[in-house]
Amino acid sequence: MKRKLLDIARRLLILLLVVWTVVSLVTILIELVPGDPATAILGDQATPEALAQFRQKHGLDRPAFFFSYTADEEGGPRSFKWNGADNRYVDYWRGILRGDMGNSFRTDRPVRELILSRYGATIQLALAALLVAVAIAVPLGVVAGTNRGNLLDNTLSVVALVGISLPSFVIGPLLIYVFAVWLGWLDPSGRFGWSSIILPAVTLGAALSALLTRMVRSSVIEEMSEDYVRTARAKGLNERTVVYKHVLKNGLIPVVTVLGLQLGVLLAGAIITEKIFNWPGIGLLLVEEGINKRDYRLVQGCVLVISVTYILANTLTDLLYRRLDPRIRVS
Amino acid sequence: MNRLAYFGLAFIVLLVLVALFAPWIATHDVGAIDLLARYKGPSAEHWLGTDATGRDVFSRVVFGARISLEVGLVVVTVSAAVGTLIGALAGFYGGWIDRVVSGYVVNVFLAFPGLLLAIAMVAFLGAGLGKLILALCVIGWVGYARVMRGQVLKVREYDFVQAARALGARDWRILLFHVLPNAVQPLIVQASLGMAGAVLSEASLSFLGLGVPPPAPSWGVMLEEARDLATLQRAPHAMLAPGIAIALTVLAFNFLGDGLREYLDPRQRKR
Repeated sequence: MKRKLLDIARRLLILLLVVWTVVSLVTILIELVPGDPATAILGDQATPEALAQFRQKHGLDRPAFFFSYTADEEGGPRSFKWNGADNRYVDYWRGILRGDMGNSFRTDRPVRELILSRYGATIQLALAALLVAVAIAVPLGVVAGTNRGNLLDNTLSVVALVGISLPSFVIGPLLIYVFAVWLGWLDPSGRFGWSSIILPAVTLGAALSALLTRMVRSSVIEEMSEDYVRTARAKGLNERTVVYKHVLKNGLIPVVTVLGLQLGVLLAGAIITEKIFNWPGIGLLLVEEGINKRDYRLVQGCVLVISVTYILANTLTDLLYRRLDPRIRVS
Repeated sequence: MNRLAYFGLAFIVLLVLVALFAPWIATHDVGAIDLLARYKGPSAEHWLGTDATGRDVFSRVVFGARISLEVGLVVVTVSAAVGTLIGALAGFYGGWIDRVVSGYVVNVFLAFPGLLLAIAMVAFLGAGLGKLILALCVIGWVGYARVMRGQVLKVREYDFVQAARALGARDWRILLFHVLPNAVQPLIVQASLGMAGAVLSEASLSFLGLGVPPPAPSWGVMLEEARDLATLQRAPHAMLAPGIAIALTVLAFNFLGDGLREYLDPRQRKR
């Protein structure tokens, strides 16, 4: 019990450490912007007053970090200066702890509001992709695993490898070509009826389904050699029951972990899929509104939210996995 | 090695040759716009047809191989060098450097989607080939460091290392001549898979408009330019050609990496 608590405490510590790193990275990355963000947003034609006002409104006139190493005036000698807690890094942290991610550089709307309006669509897409992946992978993996070594298995293995290697920005346009342009069955992009999620979900889930197929296969092969399978067969159960009731139940445990870990990958991958299908999620927000329009505050918020969701999904899976499989708790 | 790995190797050799001799292989100027020959299907004149602005798709795919391999090679070399050095030091000396590398850095990097970090970096730095390579190196080295650290931890306990030490060999000599040659096999596998990853990441970022700026014939840029409905309707080959090129390249490096892993580690060989 004590050990278990210690283990969970360790996980949570790592979680905090990672979140701290992500927030710090996101805050500091804005300093990498070549030149001056204010000029990048307002353009070269902006008056000095407008620039100064913009900087003041978004806190860009304040020191970036606890200390700085800059010249007081243009061309002057650089010197080391201690700024104390009165800096943008601390400001950003204070805001985050209050749930405030600042205002968009472009539209002046709160970043939190912009992200919340898109978050649901991304989660919906990721979950749909997960569903697609499982629906494809479990039957294929079982078929491959129970036919180990023969032509069917080998074919499925190659298909799975090809699937892993096909990036979403190849699968996506291909699906659009076949189902929207050629057959005309589905919408090429956007989020209108229920059917518009099909193509994005398949695109996003394809690589995962290939990976899962391989996992289910090897898991099934491993479980098939266990004693309980022989017992089940000996007591006269048909092969179908043995595979689907006994083998699959145990064989899916490692698959569940991968699923959780992959939920995070799906969230990151959703950025590209959302762009392909114009799916109004947080990834599209990041690329179209944030990066393309150089709205750095919005980019910070999107990167932060996607990362934290990813990290949380991973940690939860890890803890869940420990509950599911008692062997891990012991070792 | 298995047959798929040989296929991978053969394709990679072919790709390298194509990249090296691109100016002689390409049939047209990669940037030459010909508005009278838009959306042309494959023909004797344009082997893989033309795109929305009448550029020759075949020539662009050929030159795209250069960009992909260039990025892959630089990213893998730099991240392998940095990762190997840091991983070796962490494994060999232990102590605080190991605690920082394996306890903090690896945990943090693994808990963070690499592509997102690359996207974020390029978003703030601005798009461009150099910045893209930098971003991919920043996310790439951790994998090598982890592999190398594990190898060094194992190898440094071997008798020949103890013997070398007893003979008075210095640390760098032990690392370079005794530990490294025995730890290099998994690194080769990692490098092959890393090439696949780097080619894929380059294409992804270029597709998002964060990599090599158009009109450079990067496969990712070509895909992005060919995925609008008008082009899909009239010239699907403009999307298919770079798509297949990316898929085959990634597949080839993955096949080679998997094959090498099996070959180098007999325990994983299929019975």
